[in-house]
Amino acid sequence: MTDNTEYRVKLEIFEGPLDLLLHLIRKNEVDIFDIPISLITDQYLQYLDMMKALNINVAGDFLLMASTLVHIKSRMLLPEQGEDKEEEEDPRTEITRPLLEYLRLKEVAGELSERDMLDRDVFKRHLYGDYISQFEGEEVQLDVNLFQLMDAFKRIVEQRLPDATLIYVADTMTIKDKIAFIIERLRQETTIFFTDLFNESRTLSEFIVTFLALLELVHIGMIRVFQPGPDKDIRLMAHFMDNEENDNG
Amino acid sequence: MAKSLKLILEALLFSSDKPLTVKDFHPCLPDAELSDIKSALKVLEHDYEVLDRSFTLKEVAEGYQFRSRSEYGSYILRLLQTTPNRLSRPATETLAIIAYKQPVLRHEIERLRGVDVGGILKTLLEKDLINIMGRKELPGRPLIYGTTKRFLEVFDLKDISSLPKLKEIKDFGAEEYEPSKTSSDNGLDKEIHETDSEGGAAD
Repeated sequence: MTDNTEYRVKLEIFEGPLDLLLHLIRKNEVDIFDIPISLITDQYLQYLDMMKALNINVAGDFLLMASTLVHIKSRMLLPEQGEDKEEEEDPRTEITRPLLEYLRLKEVAGELSERDMLDRDVFKRHLYGDYISQFEGEEVQLDVNLFQLMDAFKRIVEQRLPDATLIYVADTMTIKDKIAFIIERLRQETTIFFTDLFNESRTLSEFIVTFLALLELVHIGMIRVFQPGPDKDIRLMAHFMDNEENDNG
Repeated sequence: MAKSLKLILEALLFSSDKPLTVKDFHPCLPDAELSDIKSALKVLEHDYEVLDRSFTLKEVAEGYQFRSRSEYGSYILRLLQTTPNRLSRPATETLAIIAYKQPVLRHEIERLRGVDVGGILKTLLEKDLINIMGRKELPGRPLIYGTTKRFLEVFDLKDISSLPKLKEIKDFGAEEYEPSKTSSDNGLDKEIHETDSEGGAAD
């Protein structure tokens, strides 16, 4: 089972750098028109480190945004030059504008998904019906985004292993084992709290293995993740109960 | 006339699983005037509305289609033993960009979402919600994307101009996201040049 230490979670990061920025802005409750660039940049870079430590493939988009943030930060530190201060654009516009565009886009997408959607809300007459095949290859539904999960994970590590450093040591528990373990628990309890998931974990590497197992399960659609509200405990729900027969093939 | 035009149209709609347009009816009813077909459809639509049944005749995707009312969806799902049709949030966002900005290039979508959309485009193409409209005459001949009739059908839209109008967020970046009309093409060209200078127009 030694090859399991090489196991990499191929988690597709649908969330991009703009999602991370919005997450940080909301979390810190700051004004999008007056972003404290130093604070947000520092936190953004911390997330990137964390993603790398977790073996999550950090896309180039994230690095590009990091360099943009650092660049803006440095421009903010420079003394303003020349007389025409009013002419000069706030360096932060470079991220504020795309963020606002993105927010608007999210709003539009929200309106779109609230419409009476065919095969969700309304149905047409079906003459040669094979609905089941139509929905195969469905995308994974994630009710909690990656950054919320990472926050929750960070909190747990900080609470339970205050002096932890991120060194990965090959351990007895593999991701495969952990996946089987989580599934077994969900089979018994249907829903469990995110924090309870880590009750049996003792070392940081075990924490990480548990977390990666969770991400993998979300990715392959075996479980669904919910957060009732910001700062509420994240809950995991089995998503394999009703269609088990179909999926076990 | 023995059989009323309205009832013939009703029979055709009843036996079809896709929205039928006025043009679809024409080969079945070569003698009928298009304008008569149109007005008969309007009457039929109204008839079903007044009947207040569990389904209606909806004008959708440039045609007409019988579809159930949303309050009965959960029962139908049980009958079909399936999960509701779903589109993830990132896919919906990508679709929204394409709907409002079409004809649109991939790197434009990526500029707005700030992330690679290759996988999502593939999904949307597979679901027949978007299609490739052609290639832009630019270095690399990038593909141009637009929405399909299926998109209109799935999202309960009569035609592309009936997309909901956009509210503005505090007058910022207000020039973006107008539903595509003739003016959208100019906007697209302008942005292409901007991105070109950064060397971003590959594929």
